[in-house]
Amino acid sequence: MSTDIQMEKKKIHPYQFYLWAGLGSIVMMFAGLTSAYIVKKSQASWLEFELPNVFVVSTVVILISSFTIQMAVKKQKEQQENQYRGFLAVTAILGLVFIILQIQGFKTLEGNSIALTGARSNSAASFLFVITGLHLLHVLGGVIALVWISVRVFSSKNNINNDLPVKLISNYWHFVDILWVYLFVFLHWVG
Amino acid sequence: MSHEAVLHAHESHGHDDHGHHEHHDTFLTKYVFSQDHKMIAKQFLITGMVWAVLGGLMSVLFRLQLGYPDASFPWLEAILGKWAKGGQITPEAYYALVTTHGTVLVFFVLTAGLSGTFANFLIPLQIGARDMASPFMNMLSYWFFLAASIVMMSSLFVETGPFSGGWVAYPPLSALRDASPGSKSGMDLWIISMALFVVSSLLGGLNYIATILNMRTKGMSMTRLPLTIWALFFTAVLGVLSFPVLLSGFILLIFDRNFGTSFYLSDIFVNGVGALSNEGGSAILYQHLFWFLGHPEVYIILLPAMGMVSEIMSVNSRKPIFGYMAMLGSLFAIAVLAFLVWAHHMFVTGLNPFLGSVFVLLTLLIAVPSAIKVFNWLTTLWRGNIRFTPGMLFAIGFVSLFISGGLTGIWLGNAALDIHLHDTYFVIAHFHIVMGVASMFGMFAGVYHWFPKMYGRYLNNSLGYMHFWVTLAGAYMIFWPMHYEGLAGMPRRYFDFSIWESFKQFAELNRFISTVAMIVFAAQLLFIINFFYSIFKGRKVTDPNPWKSNTLEWTTPINPGHGNWPGEIPEVHRWPYDYGKDGVDFIPQDVPVGDHESSH
Repeated sequence: MSTDIQMEKKKIHPYQFYLWAGLGSIVMMFAGLTSAYIVKKSQASWLEFELPNVFVVSTVVILISSFTIQMAVKKQKEQQENQYRGFLAVTAILGLVFIILQIQGFKTLEGNSIALTGARSNSAASFLFVITGLHLLHVLGGVIALVWISVRVFSSKNNINNDLPVKLISNYWHFVDILWVYLFVFLHWVG
Repeated sequence: MSHEAVLHAHESHGHDDHGHHEHHDTFLTKYVFSQDHKMIAKQFLITGMVWAVLGGLMSVLFRLQLGYPDASFPWLEAILGKWAKGGQITPEAYYALVTTHGTVLVFFVLTAGLSGTFANFLIPLQIGARDMASPFMNMLSYWFFLAASIVMMSSLFVETGPFSGGWVAYPPLSALRDASPGSKSGMDLWIISMALFVVSSLLGGLNYIATILNMRTKGMSMTRLPLTIWALFFTAVLGVLSFPVLLSGFILLIFDRNFGTSFYLSDIFVNGVGALSNEGGSAILYQHLFWFLGHPEVYIILLPAMGMVSEIMSVNSRKPIFGYMAMLGSLFAIAVLAFLVWAHHMFVTGLNPFLGSVFVLLTLLIAVPSAIKVFNWLTTLWRGNIRFTPGMLFAIGFVSLFISGGLTGIWLGNAALDIHLHDTYFVIAHFHIVMGVASMFGMFAGVYHWFPKMYGRYLNNSLGYMHFWVTLAGAYMIFWPMHYEGLAGMPRRYFDFSIWESFKQFAELNRFISTVAMIVFAAQLLFIINFFYSIFKGRKVTDPNPWKSNTLEWTTPINPGHGNWPGEIPEVHRWPYDYGKDGVDFIPQDVPVGDHESSH
């Protein structure tokens, strides 16, 4: 029986499979959008403009947050409750900072009279807005999940033993991080 | 039973006995907020059937217009009100009917109704799992589908009418609020409904993939999976990878409609509005995004039917499926090619002819795996000890329709021929036979075959035979003549052909098609009656394995509870197609391999 349980533990949890397949579908969504971007760029009336500098800062922030979520995974494994909670909270805060910085970026563009939507808008700017906006919503989803897991860890001692939530959220978090790096590089070099 | 309990029961492989229920289900938890995959399957099936009847009724109404363009039916005004003033359907109502018919049949009936039903029902039962990877997400998947249904249904009742720009929702008809009456709030509801539907498909599809990869019982290796499961697996993969692209297309469309962006709209001149202030948008961009889903969608509809047909044919021929690995390989090939052929829907949009020729080649390549599948179905039948149950007849009917409709696909896949044939009744005939009716036959086959497992009772056979023959003959009588009309250039989506001299010759043929359509619709009511009557009054199943089948679903009790097996989940020792092996009629998958048994 004990060997049985050990074997079962090695097996990947169904939720993990669920998440991975889900990440695949998010990849396809952004693949669709960035392909559309390439197609559209080759056509008439395409506005060239620089990405707002604040996007560089937000890139650094989300890269750091990937590090902190990994630390949370580590601390959970080591059963260091306080540090585990701390790193979860820090990651959630960094996620919020990222979201605020992105919105700041949109405002900078609007300030430079590059309309993101509306009658004066050019699809180059609209694409930037839609693509980064959708990514931002995915980060927001991650933040909500982080807050939820943090609350559960803070509220009950037993939850430190369950490694599934933090595994899932760290996978997702690294994913939205890498996704942003891809989008940033894509928008910078292709756009 | 909570999903944790289910998972726990799965992980410990039946060391504990979770089949016994500690608590009693209320009506709400059992029938409405159920997390049991079997109940969710039935919810999908019955919702799908409601849509099938409504969608079918819509086709009867617009066929009435096409068959009798000059006649007036006062009763139509009584039902449709202002949409049939003077007893004749208005052009706006006609386009709305065509659009809604296409949307609900493709998405609500043949995607949700087909995969939703059979993936939910068969995956846990045939792989030996107590439930899905996430029963909760599974329940949500149905509820999103129901929400999508309700929103779509409500769009039928808005003042300006439902969306009427065709099920593909091309801009500018879909992007411009003033383009047609249906482009106003009808389109708003259409797109909300479709967004909900995409969420539903994704939640379902992710579950199917996770369950198949991760929750199989002991001994159930991937190559011991019934072909049904393989087909449902590829279907889920196609959906999970292509629906998000459709969603991104829709998001851009929503921005164009509501926030004044220029993804699809350019500075076109609109009568009554003047030139739009948009700049440089491209309607073709939408077509690329739409058909990147749109073509895989064809296989999302077809593959589950193919899988079920393979299983039903093998069981009822009392023979192993011919070429299991070839069937698997061809499913894989179809799934891959499905992503590489979308532009064959766009040959006449001004596509670069070189690009067109690449898509021609890739499209025609699909004939290879399709032919392998047909060959294997026929060789499975060959010298079999065939039982002509209604399910089996529908499975054979599927193969017939798949061949007939597939052959015209070779015509349409050629860019040169497509210049003449695109947007004619030839296309209507092709996709209705190969995708619409064929998959519907797969669905009927599945319902007739697995009804005893679903409800513990049999469907009435005599009604089943009548249903089959009328539907098969009727389907050919409806769609075969459309090939001739299409070759003569008769365009699709037209309200009235009687004003063209060149199409007057088809007036009688159109009337014939419309009459048959009504008869076939009536025959479907026979099925509906049979279905609901048999749930309550059908002959009771007494043998847990009524078709003498090898797959695991028949090792459960006649009316399995949540958790499927009261005791341990059976272990699997062999592939599912040991029929007539060593002179034994059938050897179920959970029977250990004997010492002197030959390997298959």
